[in-house]
Amino acid sequence: MPVVEQGSSRIWHRRTRNESLIRWFGWLLGVAVFVVCWQRISESTTWFFVWDAPRIANDIWTRATPPRWEYITQLGRPIWDTLNIATLGTMISLVLAVPVAFLAARNTTPSKLFIRPIALLVIVSTRSINSLIWALLLIAIIGPGVFAGVIAIAIRSIGFCAKLLYEAIEEIDHAQVEAITATGASRWQVMAYGIVPQILPAFAGIAVFRWDINIRESTVLGLVGAGGIGLQLSSSLNVLAWPQVSLILLVILAAVVISEWVSAKVRGAII
Amino acid sequence: MLRLQKLIKTYKTGDQALKAIDLEVPAGQVLALIGPSGAGKSTMIRCINRLVEPTSGSILLDGTDLAKLGATQLRKARRSMGMIFQEYALVERLTVMENVLSGRLGYVGFWRSFLRRYPQSDVDEAFRLLDRVGLLHMADKRADELSGGQRQRVGICRALIQNPKLLLVDEPTASLDPKTSRQIMRLITELCQERGLAAIINIHDVALAQMFVPRIVGLRFGEIVFDGPPTALTADKLTEIYGEEDWEATITPDDTDEDIEAAE
Repeated sequence: MPVVEQGSSRIWHRRTRNESLIRWFGWLLGVAVFVVCWQRISESTTWFFVWDAPRIANDIWTRATPPRWEYITQLGRPIWDTLNIATLGTMISLVLAVPVAFLAARNTTPSKLFIRPIALLVIVSTRSINSLIWALLLIAIIGPGVFAGVIAIAIRSIGFCAKLLYEAIEEIDHAQVEAITATGASRWQVMAYGIVPQILPAFAGIAVFRWDINIRESTVLGLVGAGGIGLQLSSSLNVLAWPQVSLILLVILAAVVISEWVSAKVRGAII
Repeated sequence: MLRLQKLIKTYKTGDQALKAIDLEVPAGQVLALIGPSGAGKSTMIRCINRLVEPTSGSILLDGTDLAKLGATQLRKARRSMGMIFQEYALVERLTVMENVLSGRLGYVGFWRSFLRRYPQSDVDEAFRLLDRVGLLHMADKRADELSGGQRQRVGICRALIQNPKLLLVDEPTASLDPKTSRQIMRLITELCQERGLAAIINIHDVALAQMFVPRIVGLRFGEIVFDGPPTALTADKLTEIYGEEDWEATITPDDTDEDIEAAE
């Protein structure tokens, strides 16, 4: 906080002269980098395609509308599969995430030196690989179909759920745990009475939130052959059946909107 | 009944919270523990039921040394020591009844407690206790719906349903208004008398301690510097415990509060 004395008054500036100068150069550098990048991108762009884009988009739009409504009879089963992949995958991942979270939370882990790092590794590794990649791997291992999709979603979600849950466990009020311990309760009773009631709202919120995300993720799993509505989407795209594609997109949109609505309702009811 | 011998607690940071405490509490005696913040009051209470592990020394409860017990034995011993907390420490999302019954966890197996299938005798006792503290109509409410004074009453029920010999009470009134504080202190001391319980009560409020408790122990920097009846607690003694201050107003018998309470 530099203050300059000028006669009798003390003038205050937010930054010293040097700080202002450094900031000014920072901005200059940023703008320069932006301009250079812009130029490079522009050089490697085939501008013909860009100028052509509105016409092509319009072309696809006219081909895709109106959607082929009668195709909906063939979409019931795939969208049901998609919902099942998301729901089953979420349930399996929650079952696996709960113990991982308890092993990862600083205040419940049996060993900070050995078990906690392993639990954290599980969380990071499952989280860092996209479910589409998990699905590709699993299709190679267990063959194409819904089951591969379920497992892909389940593995992908473990890290997410366990991370949020272990953070909730670390934030519990320790006094309640202390009070239950003081009654002479066993370790498991302390968990059931002192910890579980405190993390239950967080748990329910995480479950619904992840289910919501998984519905969106499972719609694309079919693209690589892991079942669900994505399979229809990819085959329709392959034969350029644009009216079918537009209908599938509408169905996916409807499913996502409904899942958003359900999860908002459930979260509202819990909190 | 309870005897602390050379009880020492040194924290990992090197702070010596308790310096060789010797204290004897006979059966049925209620004792107030006063002292400035950081004097080791909370540490001492928590060392007795080993929520905090003492560094050395012994804690004899009816002849058994609690400091030497293994995990299972310690759980059994904890059943005979009820604890009451400053911020009530109720499980907020459970009902009043579940909170009271949680005092029986040391006596009931995991699955029975998990499925809330407590023995009928425990449920009867819970209702009796809730009736005694005037909260029978609240049994089905969730703990976080209650006011401070009501929560502390539930906390008292939870401690008493353990059927303890000794109550460990940590700042029971620090979060309560003056009137409720008096009611809670009165309730605790009355219940101790009814059941012949010994109690160690940590308390900030010296006037409140003098009003309700027959024996006062003053702690300073982890050492006992005063042990005697409330009447012996003079301004000099308070200076010794807390440091220099004008104590005259504190130790004058405080009748005005009682009058206000009676008038309400």
